[in-house]
Amino acid sequence: MTDMILSLEGVGKIFPGAVALSEVSLSIARGETHIILGENGAGKSTLIKLLAGIYQPDSGAIAFNGQPYQPRTPHDAQQSGIRIVHQELNLLPYLSIAENLMLENLPRRAFGIVDRKALNSRAVALLKEVGLDIDPRTRVEALGVAQMQLVEIAKALSYDSKVLVLDEPTATLTPPEIERLFAIIKRLKAKGVTIIYISHRLHEVFEIGDRVTVLRNGRLVASRDLGGLTVPDLVRMMIGRDIADEYGFDASIVPGKVALSVANLKRDAATPAISFDVKRGEILGVAGLVGSGRTEAMRALFGADPKLDGVIEIDGRPVAIAAPKDAVRHGLSLLTEDRKGQGLLLDMAVDKNITITDLGKVSRHGLVNRRAEAVAANDLVSQLRVKAASIEQAVRNLSGGNQQKVVLAKWLFRGTSTLILDEPTRGVDIGARREIYQLLWMLAAQQKGIIMVSSDLPELMGMCNRIIVFSRNKIVGEVPRSEFDQERILSLAYQEYVRP
Amino acid sequence: MSETSEPIVSAPVSPAKAKFLRFLVRDAGVLLALVLITLFFSVSAPYFATPGNALKIFVQIAINTVLAAGMTFVILTGGIDLSVGSVLALCTVVGATVMIDENLSPAVAITLALLACMATGAACGFLNGWISTRWKIPSFIVTLGMLNMAAGAARVVSDNSTITGLPQSFVDFGNLIIGGFLPSIFLVAVLVIAAGWFVLRFTVFGRMIFAVGTNDEAVRLSGHNPDYYKVAAFTISGLTAGVAAMVYLLRLNIGSPIAGVGYELNAIAAVIIGGTSLSGGKGSIIGTLVGACILQVLSTGLQLLGVGDNFKPIVIGLVIVLAVILDAYRERLLRKIR
Repeated sequence: MTDMILSLEGVGKIFPGAVALSEVSLSIARGETHIILGENGAGKSTLIKLLAGIYQPDSGAIAFNGQPYQPRTPHDAQQSGIRIVHQELNLLPYLSIAENLMLENLPRRAFGIVDRKALNSRAVALLKEVGLDIDPRTRVEALGVAQMQLVEIAKALSYDSKVLVLDEPTATLTPPEIERLFAIIKRLKAKGVTIIYISHRLHEVFEIGDRVTVLRNGRLVASRDLGGLTVPDLVRMMIGRDIADEYGFDASIVPGKVALSVANLKRDAATPAISFDVKRGEILGVAGLVGSGRTEAMRALFGADPKLDGVIEIDGRPVAIAAPKDAVRHGLSLLTEDRKGQGLLLDMAVDKNITITDLGKVSRHGLVNRRAEAVAANDLVSQLRVKAASIEQAVRNLSGGNQQKVVLAKWLFRGTSTLILDEPTRGVDIGARREIYQLLWMLAAQQKGIIMVSSDLPELMGMCNRIIVFSRNKIVGEVPRSEFDQERILSLAYQEYVRP
Repeated sequence: MSETSEPIVSAPVSPAKAKFLRFLVRDAGVLLALVLITLFFSVSAPYFATPGNALKIFVQIAINTVLAAGMTFVILTGGIDLSVGSVLALCTVVGATVMIDENLSPAVAITLALLACMATGAACGFLNGWISTRWKIPSFIVTLGMLNMAAGAARVVSDNSTITGLPQSFVDFGNLIIGGFLPSIFLVAVLVIAAGWFVLRFTVFGRMIFAVGTNDEAVRLSGHNPDYYKVAAFTISGLTAGVAAMVYLLRLNIGSPIAGVGYELNAIAAVIIGGTSLSGGKGSIIGTLVGACILQVLSTGLQLLGVGDNFKPIVIGLVIVLAVILDAYRERLLRKIR
C-alpha cells in the first residue's frame, strides 16, 4: 500500500433540500498530483470546502497523515498544512505583494512595527519559488491575473503547505502562462508537495496528473490512475447517465416564424459579436461552461447590461432595447440565474411578486385593486402549482422550485412572446423540475419562443430543438436536435479553452 | 450549492394567525410602547395628564411629523434625506418673503407663499434624487451637500436676517384650536400623514416604493425604472419639507435662515422608532406618526419630571438606539412568522 496523505471514508454532506456529497471514499497518495473532475454542481467545490474547513462533513471521516482530520475553520486547515488556492483570488489589491504574502504573519520589530526589510527579503525568496521576478513592493492591483495566481501559490507555499489545492487555476490564463504554472507544479511535486488539482480543461490534466477522481451528482464515479484514459473516457465518466425521458420532448409542436433574432450583438470592444435566433414554438438551448459568456449575452440582449452594438428583431421588426423596460415592453421576459438577488422581492408576498411586472392590469386610476390582484395571483398559483401557505406568504419562505415558479408566474402575468430562462432548474428539486419542463412545453405549444441557458447538458438535450454553444464569449457552433451528441457539444464548449 | 442556507419551510402558523401576529409585532408594538410611556408619565409627572399639556404636545409634534412623513418615503426606498432641516429653513424665508409682499392681498400672498414653499422644497428634493440616481452616489452624501447648500441659500435669500410681519389672518390661523382640542397645525400634520398613508397603501406608486426598497434590481429587471421612484420619493420628502416650513411659519410666525437645525435627525428618529427599516422595503407611515409622538411625549414628560436639559438627550438617544435594536429583533421574529 502506498503512503496515503489524505483519505476520505464515506464522506457525505447534505444541505437542506440537496445532497451535495454522498458516500465519497477516496485516498490521495503523498506527493502525487491528483485531478478532480466533474460537471458544475457535481460536488467538487463542496469537497474542497470540506478539506478547507469551510464546511464540516455530515457523515464519514477524513484522515490526514493517518490522523483524524476535522478542521473547524480555514485557519485549522492551514495549520495542518492544507492550503487552498480558490478560483476567486483573495488578495488585497491595495497592499504590496510582500504584505499579501505574509499578511497573517508579518515579521515585526519592537513595538509591533513591521520589519520591512525582512518582509521584502522573505517575499523575494517566495516569489523565486514560483518563478515570479517582480519587486515585492509592487501593489497587487498592478499585477495581471496570472501573476496574481502565482502570488496566491507563493502565499500558500509560505505556510509550508503539505497539500496544495488548486481550484481551476488555469481558467483565466493564456497558454504560455499555463506552461509556466505547470512547470511550477512539477517543481513543487518534485519537492514532495501533494497537489489536488481541479479543472474543467480535460486536455491539460494529462500533462500533470497522476491520478484522477471523477464526481457526478455528489457521488464518486471513479478514482483511478490517469494512465490509459482518454478525453472521451473522462467525458463519459463526468456525464454518465443516459438521457432518461423526463423532459417530455414534444415533437408535435412545429416551430414557426422567427420570434427573436439577434444579429452582431457586441457587449464591448473586447468580446466577439454574436448572432442567433429563436423561432416561435421552439426551445433553443444555450450550452457552454460557466463563465463562457452565456449569461452576459442574455443580459445584454435584455438591456440589463449595456451593449455596444447589435440589431435585435422581434417578429421581424427591429426594436431598440436600452433598458429592461424596453425589452419587457416588446414582449421579452428574463428569468435570471440569480433568482433571489435579481428575480424576486424576497420579503414581499407571492401575489405582489407576481403582479410587479404589470400592476396596470390590476389597478384603476393608479389604485391597486387588491381583490383583482388576489384573483389573478391565485389563478397563476394554482395553474403553476406553486406550493405556498397563501398568496400572502413571503416568497423568502418558499422552496427553490416554488420560488422559480413564482418568477415564471410573474412573466406569465405580464404576457410574453419570448422567454429567456437562465438556469431555470438550478437548485430546483426533481419534482418541481418536471413541472417546469411541462410548463415550458405548454408555452411552446402557445407559440412562444423559449431560450434556455443551462449547465445541465442532458437537460438541454432533452428539452431543446436546437442547441447553440458558447465558448469564451463566442458562439462556436449550433447543433440541431437530430445531431445531438454530448461529446460533440462538450468539445465545442471547451473548444476556445483548449490550447492549440 | 447556492441553496445552502435556505430553510425549506412553509409557514409554521396559519395565514390568519400569521397576519395577526405580523400586525402585533410590526405595528401594534410601537403603539403599545407609546401607550405605556404616556401612562408612565401620566402617573409620575405632574401636569402631564392635563388637556393643556396634551394640546402643547400636539402643537409641538406637527413640524416633525410632516417632515417624517416625507422621510418615510425616502427611507422605504432605501435612501436617507439629511437635507430636510435646512430645506425647511430655506422654505421659511422664501415663504415669508412672498407673504410680506405689500402689493398682494393677504389671501393671495398666503396662497402664493404656500405654493412657493412647496415648489422650493420639491425642487431641492428632486435635485437630491436626480443627482444621487444619475451618478449613483449614496443619498447620504448628496443630501449632506444639499443640507449645506440650502442653508446657504436661506441666508442669501433672507440676507441673513429673520423675516417677520406675516399677515394677521395667517398668524390667527396658526393659533387656532379647532373645537378646543385640535390645533390647526396638528390637523395639517394629520392630513399629510393621511395622504401618505393612502398613497403607500392603496396606489400603484406606493406599491412600487416598497418594491424598489425591497430589491431595486429585481424591479428593474421586471421592466421598470427604479430611479423614477427613488427621485419621486426624494421629491416628496422635499415637498413635505416645504409644507413643514409653512407649519413652522404658522407656529413661530417668522422666516428664519437658521431654522430647522437638527430637524432631519428628529425626522429620521421618528421614522425608525416607528418601525420603518433603514435598509428599505419595510415600514409604515402610521408607525412614523406614532414614532414622532413617542419622541415628543418622552421629551415633554422628562422635562415635567424635572430631568434636566443635559440628561434629556441621553434618554432620548437611548430610546432611538433601543428602537433600532428592537427593529433587528423584530425582523427575526417576522421571518419566523411568515
